[in-house]
Amino acid sequence: MVSDRVLLETESLSKSFGGVHAVQEVSFSVRQGQIKGIIGPNGAGKTTLFNLITGVYRPDRGSIRFDGERCAGLAPHQMAERGIARTFQNVELFERMSVLENVMVGRHPRTRAGFISAAFRLGGARGEERLIREKALEILGFVGIVDKAEWVSSALPFGLQRVLEIARALATEPRLLLLDEPASGLNAVETRDLGRLLGRIRDRGITVLLVEHDMSLTMEICDEILVMDYGRRLAEGTPREIQRHPQVIAAYLGEELVA
Amino acid sequence: MPAFFRHHLLHVSAFALLMALVPFMVTSRYYLNLFIFIGIHTLLTLGLNLLMGYAGQISLGHAAFFGLGAYTSGILTVTYHVSPWPAMGAAVLVTIMVALVIGVPTLKLTGYYLGMATLGFGIIVNICFRELSGITGGPSGLVGIPPLSLGGVVLDEPRYVYYLIWGVTLGALAVSLNIVDSRVGRALRAIHDSEVAARASGVDTARLKIWVFVVSAAYASLAGSLYAHFVTFISPSSFGFMFSVKLVTMVVVGGMASVWGAVFGAATLTALPEVLAAFHDYEILIFGFILMVVMIFLPQGLTRGFLDLAERWRFYRRGIPAAKV
Repeated sequence: MVSDRVLLETESLSKSFGGVHAVQEVSFSVRQGQIKGIIGPNGAGKTTLFNLITGVYRPDRGSIRFDGERCAGLAPHQMAERGIARTFQNVELFERMSVLENVMVGRHPRTRAGFISAAFRLGGARGEERLIREKALEILGFVGIVDKAEWVSSALPFGLQRVLEIARALATEPRLLLLDEPASGLNAVETRDLGRLLGRIRDRGITVLLVEHDMSLTMEICDEILVMDYGRRLAEGTPREIQRHPQVIAAYLGEELVA
Repeated sequence: MPAFFRHHLLHVSAFALLMALVPFMVTSRYYLNLFIFIGIHTLLTLGLNLLMGYAGQISLGHAAFFGLGAYTSGILTVTYHVSPWPAMGAAVLVTIMVALVIGVPTLKLTGYYLGMATLGFGIIVNICFRELSGITGGPSGLVGIPPLSLGGVVLDEPRYVYYLIWGVTLGALAVSLNIVDSRVGRALRAIHDSEVAARASGVDTARLKIWVFVVSAAYASLAGSLYAHFVTFISPSSFGFMFSVKLVTMVVVGGMASVWGAVFGAATLTALPEVLAAFHDYEILIFGFILMVVMIFLPQGLTRGFLDLAERWRFYRRGIPAAKV
């Protein structure tokens, strides 16, 4: 499944806020078809790295290449158009919209109807609207919450809100899916289901990059792991390598492994 | 039947039929004028509702766009003898240009800051109406604006004006319903709920906010031109800050993010001062009070509040949890 083709590559990526070096000289890559994890203590710069990759922040230095194309400095919606989708650490749903509508919004970068064709309900817009709905329902079916399509999204239990957020991201037809702590706040059963879902997402040909604190999940599903500490890249390798990496043990995993 | 109307055909046509009957039931000129003003205010509220209710961007200067429409129509027809219809088109174009110039920098702001910026814009435009007396007629206003005519018939009878204005307003209503229920409308609501998630979902939020600002300004401009050609006399006091607040109140009372609510809000708050004519001096107090009460007790607006209750009941019976408010 994992090919040698590099899908995402950052080089010497840096970002500071005031005097804080949130991300410093981070170079790493994600290969097509991988599930890659990013771990590190709180404040290690994981979410900042996500925000740089998705265009929320503009890097101070360094480059980001997605599928060979330089894309540092593009806006978030342009990254979505190029095929990078994400979820958020604190779930960001469209709370007053239905579950189905949330996913329908995700079709935005793959559809075209503008103000004028919407206002006068021109032929193309109507056909497109039907396709948006069908595709959104299909994705809800894929993640297993199609029975709740009509629910107001804020009424979903927290675990399913995370699933819905993934469904919305999938609706943008990403080639790379970034998940920011997808298991946080989930119970053991939900975490297990999430792991299975991520496997099925990878089987769809979508590369996954996730930040996660749940070690057992990360070690189990990730092909490769990047460890960050104080904004820097500390180590990179397979879960097995990471678990044995002396610096990683010292900086992060030490207590857990000793215990 | 064009697809344009088919979508909400039943509701819109039932409402249109009802409104078409009004001039037959209302014979007094006073009440017919009141209905005409409700039409104008509905058009304004529909536009502001797209911006405020759906996209969640506040404008405290919407009276300025209304004024720009009215004054451009007035000046072109009175001073330059342009015929009313082309003048109206020009007014919409002028307003769109101004909305673009104002919208591009201000829509980068959010919340209170956007409110303050649009408030400032409204005040500046009003001062221009007042002080550029060579062009606008200054504080005493612009008189002798010709009425519109259609197919050789001069629309100087309230009954004709009524049909014209409600025709335009119903068209705008259908357009609003279509926009709201489309890819663009969903994106607008998405911006309202979570701008960061909307951007991550591929919505160009900056661009869309400018679009909706321009559309809502165009609605206001159209209402302004219709108003000017109906009353034939305009002065700066009709386009001040107080009117902007009134428009916001109409949107809030009708219910944010409800197209039909816009009609209801405009009708209620246009008719109310007439009912309460005895309290004329306290009108603004009453408006402020209504705004407070609605925000505290029915933050979704009156129509939305009732609809939510109905929806909860419907969902409850089907076992679907509805929105938490």
